[in-house]
Amino acid sequence: MSTILELRNITKNYPGVIALSNVSVEFAAGEVHAICGENGAGKSTLIKIITGAIRPSAGQIRYDGSAVSHNDPVASKDAGIACIYQEFNLIPYLTVTENVFFGRELTRRGILDRTEMRRQTQTVIEQLGVAIDPDARVRDLTVGFQQIVEIAKAVTHRAKVLLMDEPSAPLTNAELHHLFRIVRELKAQGVTVLYISHRLEEVFELADRVTVLRDGCHVGTRAIDEMDRQELIAMMVGRELGSDYPSRKNPPGDVALRVTNLESEKLHGISLEVRRNEILGIAGLVGAGRTETARAIFGADSVRSISVELHGKPVTISSPREAIDHGIGLIPEDRKQHGILALLSVRENISFSSLGQFVRGLFIDRQHEKDKAMAMREQLRIKTPNLRVLVSTLSGGNQQKVVLSRTLLNESDVLIFDEPTRGIDVGAKQEIYSLMNDLADSGKAVIMISSEMPELIGMSDRIMVLSEGYCTGELTRDEFTQESILELASAGDQS
Amino acid sequence: MSTVSLVNERRSIREQIAIYALPIALVALIVFFSLSSSAFLTVRNIVNIFRQVSIVGICAMGMTFVILTGGIDLSVGSVLGVSVVTCASLMVAGLSPILAILISLVAGVVIGFLVGVFVNEVGIPPLITTLGFMTALRGVAFRITNGLPVYDFPDSFAVIGQGYVGVIPVPVIIMMVVVVVCVVVLNRTKFGRHVYGLGGNEEATRLSGVDVKRTKYTIYMLEGLLAALAGVVLLSRVNSGQPAAGQGYEMDIITGVVLGGVSISGGSGRIGGVVVGVLLMGVLTNGMILMNVDEYSQWMVKGLVLVAAVSLDTIASRRGATA
Repeated sequence: MSTILELRNITKNYPGVIALSNVSVEFAAGEVHAICGENGAGKSTLIKIITGAIRPSAGQIRYDGSAVSHNDPVASKDAGIACIYQEFNLIPYLTVTENVFFGRELTRRGILDRTEMRRQTQTVIEQLGVAIDPDARVRDLTVGFQQIVEIAKAVTHRAKVLLMDEPSAPLTNAELHHLFRIVRELKAQGVTVLYISHRLEEVFELADRVTVLRDGCHVGTRAIDEMDRQELIAMMVGRELGSDYPSRKNPPGDVALRVTNLESEKLHGISLEVRRNEILGIAGLVGAGRTETARAIFGADSVRSISVELHGKPVTISSPREAIDHGIGLIPEDRKQHGILALLSVRENISFSSLGQFVRGLFIDRQHEKDKAMAMREQLRIKTPNLRVLVSTLSGGNQQKVVLSRTLLNESDVLIFDEPTRGIDVGAKQEIYSLMNDLADSGKAVIMISSEMPELIGMSDRIMVLSEGYCTGELTRDEFTQESILELASAGDQS
Repeated sequence: MSTVSLVNERRSIREQIAIYALPIALVALIVFFSLSSSAFLTVRNIVNIFRQVSIVGICAMGMTFVILTGGIDLSVGSVLGVSVVTCASLMVAGLSPILAILISLVAGVVIGFLVGVFVNEVGIPPLITTLGFMTALRGVAFRITNGLPVYDFPDSFAVIGQGYVGVIPVPVIIMMVVVVVCVVVLNRTKFGRHVYGLGGNEEATRLSGVDVKRTKYTIYMLEGLLAALAGVVLLSRVNSGQPAAGQGYEMDIITGVVLGGVSISGGSGRIGGVVVGVLLMGVLTNGMILMNVDEYSQWMVKGLVLVAAVSLDTIASRRGATA
């Protein structure tokens, strides 16, 4: 088979992070090539580099026999590289035909040639073997059909390489079968499909070959019929556990937080409990419902039902304020969007949710505020030139400490950390770990959501695994292995 | 710690523009008008400028809070108009000035609350909500007086708009009090801190336990109150309750606030800058009148000033984002 697309020594650096390191892969014409890896392994970066959304820091891309020099999204699309993202690029109020030809409308003497566009759309849809009305408005279609419109768009414009980023995630089982059939049809037409998925069954069902990434490195590319599921999982996780997780002194105490019967659009009967001095890890793939669980407990989103008991007493929590008043703290996943207040200073960020403490009469006692912020800076070793600088000037790890100190000033005794070490460097990670340990040792109940298996295994006393909104299992310390967690996390909707 | 480094650390580029460029522009404008018209740089005219800007200045303080949270209030001029005719009609009907003023102020607060209901509970963007309120409330103002001016008030009422303390007109004193109160509220209270947080990052603010809705209600009620207060001052100054009072004021008010360095997307800006921004608009208007610039041309100039101010803001924040 001939090579259609080749990556040679592709490296992508971000300040302080290497997203991809020296990755070389060849993609053959007309193959289905799966790309696998844990969250944060570099899959998204790889997609973006192939589509030209970002430029590699080093390395070369060869497409159709020649080096790609001016790699940008429009050029790569024109050259025949199409991508179907998890968020569709469709315009809901336009028809299927209008969407398929959006931005590349056919015209005759300056007037839209609707008949021809409709005819071509019809032909492609028929080729794909589905029944979609080319005149239907996209917003009236199901998600599965919308995805097919995206595929039709790519096919109409003669894509030679089609990237699909987690295409199965939003689909029902019936829709999934359509998708599989279409992927095979595309392959028969000679299209190369790069299939990114964390559902291993699909990989074994569809792919000819699989490339595994881990921590930005290319672990290997193998023919799928030369390996089994266990081997693939081993390639994905296969790193040694760091022994750099500090140990804790105190055994778990009384139950601090008990959540039962959590139901929402995305969550199905989640129950959990966490004890004083304990760290409960929550594992799961992207979209498993981990962040939703945290936000529901914190009162940030409304849910269909939830029962919460704190220290044995039932409480109702319907807003973040109430959660904070009950002693629950959340360190959110998305530091930029939900954590820091970028336009405020470090001091103002630290005191922001506990300003009540500092108010004397009507006014904020700034000296008192400053003293407390200073104490937090010492305690958490926040590296900042002073407390007046804007928080956005600090490094990721130090911003995270600022968000943490904001929560600590509320004297919460249940702390929920959502991806506490995402995007921060190794040294700062260690500090966050030991802070979390100190907190657990001082009697707090800690919940830690993380996509990084080693830190979950290293830090947690118990790990609860979510998959597609269901709790698929709970593991105790002696059962912790990356394989067992990944097995439960990709268990699918078996419930 | 020197002042310069303080500025660099704490203030955004657009605030620095407000701090340095704006006073320079103001001085340049003053020099220009002084050279162009001998009537400009006189004590009498300067006092006059301050008195003229006091109405807009009072409203601009409320608008600062609104824009800091990322909102906008186009209805401010109409609220002012409603306040003018309410207060005037009540006094003509025989109520004491004090009572009439209080009722007008309460009306302003209630209107602000209603704006809050649509913004918070229904979820309509403030721009559209207040656009609707602008027209509806202007209708209310004309309805109240059947389109006619109302006059003949007790003499004591004139003090608010026409009185002096020494050489300083009472409206200017009222404006200064409002400015001082707003500076303190914005910089020294919990509420003020929440306003900044809300404008910069609403979700993070909510997750920090701030009652975002209540904060928004408060700012629109505050803006309503201040617009109504400005209406009372204006009524007393012109001594006649015109239902068209305050028409088009939103333009001068918003321009003053944005010129003063308050980011139109919320989260940053200082009252001090707004005071200079409002003064600059006042000097510009006054100078153009003294130079006999016709009203149509004045509109052209003011409109361009607003666009220029927002352009500066936008360019500055884009630079800030890439830097």
